[in-house]
This record gives sequence, C-alpha cells and structure tokens, in this order.
Amino acid sequence: MSPAVAVLVVGSCVAASCALIGCFLVLRQMALLGDAISHAVLPGIALAFLLSGSRDPFSMVLGAGLLGVVTVFLVELGTRTRRLQEDASIGVVFPALFSIGVILIARYAGQVDLDLECVLYGEIAYAPYDLFYWGERALGPRALWINGVILVLVGAFVTLFYKELKLTTFDAGLAAALGFAPVLVHYLLMGMLSITVVGAFESVGAILVVAMLVVPPATAYLLTERLGLMLGLSVAFGLAAAWLGYAVAGWLDASIAGAMAMVSGLLFAVVFVAAPRHGLLAKLLRQRRLGRGMAEQLLLLHVAGEDAGDGVPVPAGDAPADHLELVARRFAWPRRRLEAIARRLRQRGWLEQSADGRLVLTADGASALDRSGQATLRHPLAE
Amino acid sequence: MNAASLAELDRRPEGEHDAREPAVEIHDLTVAYHTQPVLWDVDLELPEGELIAIVGPNGAGKSTLLKTILGLIDPITGWVKICGASLRRRRSWIAYVPQRESVDWDFPTSALDVVTMGLYGTLGWFRRPRREHRELALDCLDKVGIRHLATRQISQLSGGQQQRVFLARALAQDARIYFMDEPFAGVDATTERAILELLQELRAEGRTVVAVHHDLQTVAEYFDHVVLLNMRLVAAGPMAATFTEENLQRTYGGRLTVLTQATEDLLRARAGDPRLQRGAGR
Amino acid sequence: MIELSFTARNVLLGATLLGVVGGVMGCFAFLRRQSLLGDALAHAALPGVCLGYLLTGAKTPLPLFLGALGAGLLGALTIVAIVRYSRLKEDTAIGMVLSVYFGVGIVLLTYIQKLPYGNQSGLDKFLFGQAATLMPRDLEVMSLLGLFVLATVALFYKELKLLAFDPDFGAASGLPMKRLELLLTVLLVTVVVVGLQTVGVILIVATLVTPAAAARQWTERLGVMILLSAALGGGAGALGALLSARIAKLPTGPVIVLVSSAVLVVSLLMAPRRGLLWAKLADRRMVRRIRRENLLRDLYVLGERAGGWATPTPWSALMGMRGHSGGQIDSVARSLRRDGLLERTGGGARLTGSGFDVARRIVRKHRLWELYLTRQLDLAADHVHRDADAMEHTLSDEAVAALEAKLGHPRVDPHGRPIPPLHGSTPSPPAAVAEAGAGAAS
Repeated sequence: MSPAVAVLVVGSCVAASCALIGCFLVLRQMALLGDAISHAVLPGIALAFLLSGSRDPFSMVLGAGLLGVVTVFLVELGTRTRRLQEDASIGVVFPALFSIGVILIARYAGQVDLDLECVLYGEIAYAPYDLFYWGERALGPRALWINGVILVLVGAFVTLFYKELKLTTFDAGLAAALGFAPVLVHYLLMGMLSITVVGAFESVGAILVVAMLVVPPATAYLLTERLGLMLGLSVAFGLAAAWLGYAVAGWLDASIAGAMAMVSGLLFAVVFVAAPRHGLLAKLLRQRRLGRGMAEQLLLLHVAGEDAGDGVPVPAGDAPADHLELVARRFAWPRRRLEAIARRLRQRGWLEQSADGRLVLTADGASALDRSGQATLRHPLAE
Repeated sequence: MNAASLAELDRRPEGEHDAREPAVEIHDLTVAYHTQPVLWDVDLELPEGELIAIVGPNGAGKSTLLKTILGLIDPITGWVKICGASLRRRRSWIAYVPQRESVDWDFPTSALDVVTMGLYGTLGWFRRPRREHRELALDCLDKVGIRHLATRQISQLSGGQQQRVFLARALAQDARIYFMDEPFAGVDATTERAILELLQELRAEGRTVVAVHHDLQTVAEYFDHVVLLNMRLVAAGPMAATFTEENLQRTYGGRLTVLTQATEDLLRARAGDPRLQRGAGR
Repeated sequence: MIELSFTARNVLLGATLLGVVGGVMGCFAFLRRQSLLGDALAHAALPGVCLGYLLTGAKTPLPLFLGALGAGLLGALTIVAIVRYSRLKEDTAIGMVLSVYFGVGIVLLTYIQKLPYGNQSGLDKFLFGQAATLMPRDLEVMSLLGLFVLATVALFYKELKLLAFDPDFGAASGLPMKRLELLLTVLLVTVVVVGLQTVGVILIVATLVTPAAAARQWTERLGVMILLSAALGGGAGALGALLSARIAKLPTGPVIVLVSSAVLVVSLLMAPRRGLLWAKLADRRMVRRIRRENLLRDLYVLGERAGGWATPTPWSALMGMRGHSGGQIDSVARSLRRDGLLERTGGGARLTGSGFDVARRIVRKHRLWELYLTRQLDLAADHVHRDADAMEHTLSDEAVAALEAKLGHPRVDPHGRPIPPLHGSTPSPPAAVAEAGAGAAS
C-alpha cells in the first residue's frame, strides 16, 4: 500500500465515523460536548500509555472511552448542582481534564511516546510508517487497523440502534414512554463518540476532530430533512473534505489535518450560501420576494383605505408635494422604493393614476387585494 | 426609518409638546419576523393619561407592538411617534417593564441595584450612581412596598416581589408613558392589587400606562382604554365602547367559544352556582 | 522570599496579569452564558496571528495582536451569521468556528514553519503557551492590553452590567446595546491575545470561566464577584507560575488551570450560602430532626393506644410503626436519650417528662393539620395522614396557634382521637405516673 493511499484510507475512515456520530451531536445540540470529549480523552490516553507501557490500541480505547464517560458525567454533575449553566460546566471541565493530560505527558515524557503538538493537530502523514505487528509480521499501518475497526463499530452502532437513536434524538420524552431508555442511548452514544475521538486523535488531533464531527453533519443538515439522507450526505462531505484536504495540503505543503478542516469549512460555506431551501441566497431571495409582495399589498391596502374614505392624518412637516410623497412619509419609505412598487402595480393594471396625480385602485386591483389579503393574512387562529 | 421623515418629525425642539397630541401615534406599522408578518398595517392612537390594555390571543403581536414602539424591533413600514416626536427625542419620556421571564433572576445583584438600573439611561456615560440616585431608587422600592427587601439578592424574591422590582425600576425612570409587558403575569393576589393601585396612582398623576394584558376577566375592571390586536388592529378605543362581545369574537376567532365558556363558568361561580361551590366556603 | 530567576519572574508577572484580566472578563462571559465563546475566539484568533506574522515576517506584538483581533472578531461574526441565517444552533456554530478557524490556523502555521525563515517563528508556542519564552517586551504589551481591558470595564461598568442582565431594557433606555456587545467581544479577544503566550489557545477558556464560576459562589454582588474573580484568577496564575518554576517538567498553563479548578471545586462545595456541602448538611440535619420527631410521636401514639405512658413501649411495636429496622430506631433513640427526652428500659423505651411535652406538641400539630385539611379543603379523613406527616415538622408555633383559632379550638382530630392541649397536666406525664405507680407498689 503506497503511503498516499494509506493516508487517504485512514483519513476516510476517520471522516466517515466522525460524520456518522456527528449527525447525532448536531441534532441533539451537543456539538460542544463533542468538543469537550475530544480534549478530555487526553488523560485517558496518557494513563493508558503509562499503565500498559505501550501503544496498545485496546487499552488506549478503554482509557479514552472511560474518560469520555467521565467527562459527560462531570459536565452533567456540574449542571445538576444548579450552580453552573451547561456552557460553563463544559468550559470548566474539559480544560481541567486536558491539563491533567498535558501534565501527565510532560511529567512522564520518557514513558509516553506522545507529541503534544500531534495531540492538537495530529500527524496523519506519519500514519503509513507506523505499522501494526502481529508477532513478527507487519500487518499494515496501525492507524488503518484502529480506525477501520472503529468505523465498523460506529457503522454497526448506528445501524443497530438507528430506531432508538432517531427516536431519542427527536423526542426523548416519547422514547422514554415507549421504553427506549434515552439515558442509556445517550451514554452509549457518548461512549461511541469517545472511541471515535480516540481513533481520530492520533491522526487528526483533538481540535480538528471537532471539525470532522461537527462540520460535515452541519453541512448535510442544511440540505435535507431526513435523517437517513443526512447521515449519507454527512459521510459524503466528510470524505470530500478528507480527499480535497489531502490535495490542498500537498499543494501548500502544510498540515494535512488542518487542510481537511479548512476544506470542510469551505464546503460548508458553499452550502451555507447556496443550499436550495436553507441556503442564504435562497432565503434572501425568498425574503425579498415576500417582502416585495408584502409591500405591494400594503400599498394596495393603503390606497383602498383612502378610497374608502379612511381619515388620513398627514404627518408633521410641510404639506407633501404629491400623493406619493404623502404615502412615502406615512410608510417611512424612501420615495424611490415606493415609486418602483407603484410602477409595478400600474403595469399590472391594479393601480392607476388619476388626473390630479392620485393613485387609485382599479377593479382588478381590488380583487387582487381581496385574494392576496386572504392568502397572506390567513387568520392565524382560524385554521 | 426614512431619514427625511424623521427630520420632519423632529423639527420642533425637544421638550415641546402639544397637550392635544396622543401619547402614542402609530401609522401603517408592519412588522415581520423573517418573512412572516407579525403586525400588519396597524394604525393606532393612544390617548395620554389613561390606563391602556393591549389584548389579543397568543402570537397576536402584542409584545412585538410594544417592542416596536420602544425601538427594539425595526418595522418594515410605518412609524411611531411618542407625544408628537420620534422615539429618539422622547427616550427620557418613556419607561419599560419587560416580561419577568426575560431575565436571569440568578444574576448576582440586589433589588436596589436593579432599580438603580432605571437611572442608567439618564445618568450618562462614565458616571456611577451616587447616593442621591440610590435614595431615589429606595423611594421607588418604597412605592411598590418592598423597601425592606432592597439588599436582597434578586433570586431570593418571590415572583410577585420580582415583578415589583421591575415596576420600581420603571418608576425610577420617572416617565410620562409606561410600557409594561404582562405586568400581572404570575403574581400573587396581593401583588396584583398593589400593582393595580400603582397604575391608578400613575394615572392620577397624569401619566399614561400601556400594558400588554392576558387576562380577559380583569381587562374591563383594570383599564380605561383597550387595544384589541390580532396581527391586525381589530379595534381600539374606550373600554365600554370597544370591549364588546363582537370585537372579542373578531379578535379571538374560534377560540372565544372556549373562552366564553370559561368566563361563563366563572360568572356562574361568582353568582353562587351550587355546582361550583363545593368545599369553597363550608 | 523566594528567589526567582529572570524567566520565572516574567512568567509570574505574565500569569498573574492574565489571571486578573481573564477573571474580570470571564464574569461577563459566564453571566451571559457565553462561556464557550471565549474558547471559540481563542481558536479563531490563531489564523489571524499567523497572517500577522506572514505579512510582517516578524513576531512583533502589534501585527500579531491586530491579526488576532481581526480573526477573533470575524469568528464571532461568523457564529452570529450562522445562527441568524441558517437553522443550525449556536452550539454547532461555535464548534464549527473554533475547529475550522483553528484548522486554517494550523495550515498557515505549518506553511510558515516550512518557509526558510519560518522555523524560528515560535508561533507554535501559542498552541499550548510557552510562558518561559515571555520577554519583558511581551510583558509590556500584555500589561498595556490588560490595562486597556480593565480601564474599559471600569469606565463602562454600569452599561456592561445592564448588557449582561437585561439588554432589552438597556436598549429601551436608549443605550447602544449592540455596540456594547461588540465592545465586549473586542475585550474578550484582547484577553485571548494576552493569554496566547502564557497558557495557549486551548486553555484560555479556563482562565476566563473557572475563576468567574468560582467567584460566583461566594457573593451575590456583581462588583464583588468581579474583584473576587480577578483575585482568584491572579492568585491561581501566580501560584501556578511558582509551582511550575519550582517543580521540573510541570508546564505553566495546565498547572494554572488545575489550581483554579481546585479553587472552583472548593467554592462549589464550601462557599457559605451556595456551597453544596452546606446544603447537604442542612438536608441531613432535617432528616435527623424528622426521624427524632417521628419516634417521639410514635411513642406518644403507642402510649395513647396502650392507655398510658407509664409502661415502656417495646422495640417491636416501634419497629412496626414505620417498618424501620431496630438499628435505625436505636440510633435515633440514643440521640433522644442524650437530650433527656427518652428513657430506655429493658426491651423498650419510655418518654421522659420533657420528652412527653415535645411529643405532645408534635402530635398536636399533626392532628390540627389533619383536621384543617378535612374541614377546610374537604379532603377525606383517610387521605390526610401523609400530608400531616410532612407538615408536623415544618409548622411554626404561631402557625399552629392561628390554625387552632381558625378551627375553633377543637378537641378531637378527624379520626376521633383527642388533640392534646399545649399545656396542662392531663394526661399526666408518663414519668411522673410511672414514679407514682412505682412508689405505690413498693
């Protein structure tokens, strides 16, 4: 296996497992718990090193999983005291645990073969050269084995518990009522998260694993309403970020993991702007269209009201120069905007200008107002 | 708002005010949250020196109306005048009592301190509240009957006492017009009476109170003037002429049947219906 | 006085300064429930620092500061934009900004390190902080920035307080709340820059949140909280710096974080009013009192059933009352005996004279309350025992007197048992009866 392929495969495994677990973090509004756990597993890994004296994957996963659960437990403990809000509880727990990890590594640097900077931003580029030995035989990159197994575990977890995860995510109350034990699912999810994080830790580092966990699911969430599809899209975005990131890193001769995070951010930015329903452009366009419709309706309504002989108080100041000026002042709109709207309505034959320059509602306009009025202003309670 | 029309509004010097002008004047006011209209083309004049209730079903835009008048939300169309001038000119004429749930009552501060916040707007930058300001705040706490709780941390106050703190803070603003968002929500009977007396006192001093109110049972009893709102203005005017069955029907739509049922039950209970009397006065 | 090396002195100064400034700003972040915004800003500042270095090619403080400020503010804006214009929630937005900006920072950092002159940049020290590399010039810049933060908070104290407590009210009183919020973000980013070299990107959040959370437990005043938080932060910084100077291989930043975390734990447990330990202790005291009162009442009721209090009540009967174990009853009985309320005689217990008075008062409360519930609230007589069980421990003497007056000084409870009077000699105290009986027998 060539080094490049090994790096890509490891990166893909990490990206896929993170993308799957991350969907539930984003949907359950626990993204920051993911951030906390990704830092807090450090002492678990360091302890596993110290106790087992080797980089034995099993004890590492065990140590990290344990610390992950401890983190969740401590954060909940802090919140339960009602002396700390959840954000503060997270904000005090994970730096403390992380600090313990850093100190352990610094104190026992001789025994712990962990580079602190790798902890932060990983070094996936070394993954191909760190081989897994079974007895005397090298069985390919260690990271590949670890992350491959983790991906299988995560995949199995999400498949087996799909129904439970879905239900506890969207309606914990109902899930509990149906006997699905949301707390158990929660802790299982946190355990899987810890395992995913520890695998990703070595290759992409503590903080960039957060990018892998949060960004692809968030991107997918802007594109679909369905959980199944969201999981698929999330994995696709994760893989795209991993591969493109690898290319960018090669081009810039910079950190691969950093580039992966950067690319995932760029992909998100594109979707954030251009997503068909939830994107910024779509939203602004919709808003603009609706805003224009609303403005037209308001002007029609106003003219209709005047025609019906509603008293129209003239705002303070000089007498308005003409009818449009009067309306502009009443709406507190720039005259140019009002003119544009009036022009459109005249073109549509809903308004016309009388000899003295007043705007008058036509018969078509009156019926249009009737229709639109019923459409936009459907009584919120009459449904 | 259009700068030109603002300038028109503010042509007169600050402080000058024609007594015949309404306390609040609203024209063609449309407010939308994202693309969903919340208030639609509201025209409204509120008289000075009266107790005015804004009434309507949930989601009718009552709080939005208040917040728009106070400049916390920008409208899509229309403008608001306070005593004949823009809000900018009239800031010091108004006071605000937000909903009690809108703040964190576990904040590390005392009742007196919260009341003193009513003076921050006029105190000016860089100036700290001094003894005379604290005296003033204490007087305001006295007016709502909880001077003895001045140093209490605010989480140790009951719901009614917290509401009184908010009222005292508005009193400290020494305003002409008081805007209150649900001042009677979730308070005990004693506090409700105390608040009512306070409102009447304010009216006796010639001040105006505009309050969002949710309890239809007490609207007619507590207020002089009513604004019935359900996204659009349904009706506004003196209580007797405006607070009619027909207008309520138009405001609450289908829900009113439930509501009238509840009202009838209550009336029957008051009239002494034996079915509702069990255990009440034996 | 401890002799400090030049480096250690610099570290001490830097760590203390950061602790003070972080402690002050942390209070606002903590109270506005934005504790993790500081974390996001710290991570987001990294690409700015790198860009500042790339543009000037030197590690001079000002460009680095401006870069961090710009990137940090951009990060804050990104969070706001994501929350406002998409359906993602704030936690996701914060997570994305902190990790993606950090990723960009790492890319720039590794890029810089591979430049011919970049290897000596020392920028990587910003990740974990490397307090030992603090130079007097760095300290000068940090002090200036710190002073700026402290002075700004002092000048705008009342406005910032209003922003944290009730921004809508502030806006309605005509204060520019949006601009104050921006100011607060600028101040937070400034703290981040102050802390970059000392504790690094990752642990800055702890210098903000932890002292503030600890200080909050000790006071109910914002001003005091800020001063206390500054003191705790400064103290933790100083102690952490000293520890790491004394003990080899103990990195400064993590030690500072652990010191302040320890202070937080102590505060959460022991702070006078909010401390969890006191709450626990009060709970336990209450449980103890309830158990004592229950035993006294049981003795009274059993004596009543037996027709007098002279004969000791056997343990088995007491155990039958509530299904408590003998050991439980034994420990309560022992504490009652210490207070002279109860006597133990072979195989049972008996109320003393004063014990009888206390028991009578409890039974009185219980029965009056039962009567009140049945009469005033129309509850069925067989449903009121539980409520009365709870109330008998909390009703005050004034409340009992008022209750009695309201009920018209009744004589029997809903079950037809007598409500004992507060004072009076009938029925006579058991000890006296017992003594009289014993005297007659001998």
